[in-house]
Amino acid sequence: MADGLTPSQTIGPFYWGTLVSSYRADLAPLGVAGERIELALTLRDAEGAIISDGLLEIWQANSHGRYNHPEDRRNLPLDAGFEGFGRASTDATGTARFATVRPGPVPWPHGGMQGGGLQAPHINVSVFARGVLNRLATRLYFDGDPALAGDPVLKLVDPARRGTLLAKRDAEGVWCLPIHIGGAHETVFFDG
Amino acid sequence: MAQDLYRRPAPGQHPPHRVDAYKSTPGRSPRKPAVALPQTLSEITGPRLLGERLVVHGRVLDEDGKPVPKALVEIWQCNAAGRYHHPGDQHDAPLDPNFYGGGRARADDEGAYQFVTIKPGAYPWKNHHNAWRPAHIHFSLFGPAFATRLITQMYFPNDPLLAFDPIYNSVPEGARSRLQASFDLEATRPEWALAYRFDIVLRGRNAIPMEDEHG
Ligand SMILES: [Fe+3]
Repeated sequence: MADGLTPSQTIGPFYWGTLVSSYRADLAPLGVAGERIELALTLRDAEGAIISDGLLEIWQANSHGRYNHPEDRRNLPLDAGFEGFGRASTDATGTARFATVRPGPVPWPHGGMQGGGLQAPHINVSVFARGVLNRLATRLYFDGDPALAGDPVLKLVDPARRGTLLAKRDAEGVWCLPIHIGGAHETVFFDG
Repeated sequence: MAQDLYRRPAPGQHPPHRVDAYKSTPGRSPRKPAVALPQTLSEITGPRLLGERLVVHGRVLDEDGKPVPKALVEIWQCNAAGRYHHPGDQHDAPLDPNFYGGGRARADDEGAYQFVTIKPGAYPWKNHHNAWRPAHIHFSLFGPAFATRLITQMYFPNDPLLAFDPIYNSVPEGARSRLQASFDLEATRPEWALAYRFDIVLRGRNAIPMEDEHG
């Protein structure tokens, strides 16, 4: 086999039952610290049509802002039972649902010795679907969070497009984020 | 009487039906001994997977050739006839009731993984007139970080359908062959299964750590 990365390919329509068997993922068993939240991520194509065979994954810090990973060496609590990873399919309405806790802020490591500061609380999102050849990575931020104004990642984004990363609470209190793969409201994707 | 094909379990290897400490068993255990049955064709036959048995194995590595230990490898595929065990697959090909098509394994400390499966069939997919996917196995890998997540597909060498497949050919020409497994005579199991090797290379790390760490 040749040297170099293994290229990415589409997930296709038939992953259900192997990668996931649910339209909702519960990340936080009872007892995990933090504000419990529900997320509804709705996937749409460039024409605005529902994508009902997509797969969404989330990865987040816990409520203290600590990632459950050896690269996060900060002296912050890890919560038993909370890994921070969730995977759910989109349903007939294009929506994948997650139940989790609101993440804490995590550091911004760039900008020299005195740089740093914190990133606003956010959830990392991977998008897979038939027709998507490469994983699309985006972020979910929480609308109304005072920390948004100082967030160094949002500052990298055209102000006119920042709203595509902001989840808003609906009448039931669910944090809703439309994810548009193309179209006039195209979501901001990152190449981290 | 002819000898049985399959050995009888020696006493003391399986639990008894009834173990009072396990309170569900007294009400769910036969009281009378099983009737000794000489093995007949009814006993020595059983369902088999249809298709060509394959060992698919390889290593999960990073760009420096270092193994990704304990990598989670997930696969899914259609059956030998080209049909997925999935309600969305309406292709008019038989379902194999014994083949579900999904698998999950943890690589070892050297990043090595192995599945035993059957060779997937080609299937039509309506992308264009007379469009057929080349035989492939879908792979999902995480690697160590959010940044290393990869979903891909493994193909078979010398498949004539590769030349016509827009998904395979979406990969730049110089990198395409990395999605082809290689026939592995060494790993075949005589009289039982052919073997293919598929190494997977995930993003590597830069030598220099991030400029500073906080907290
Ligand atoms: Fe497929």
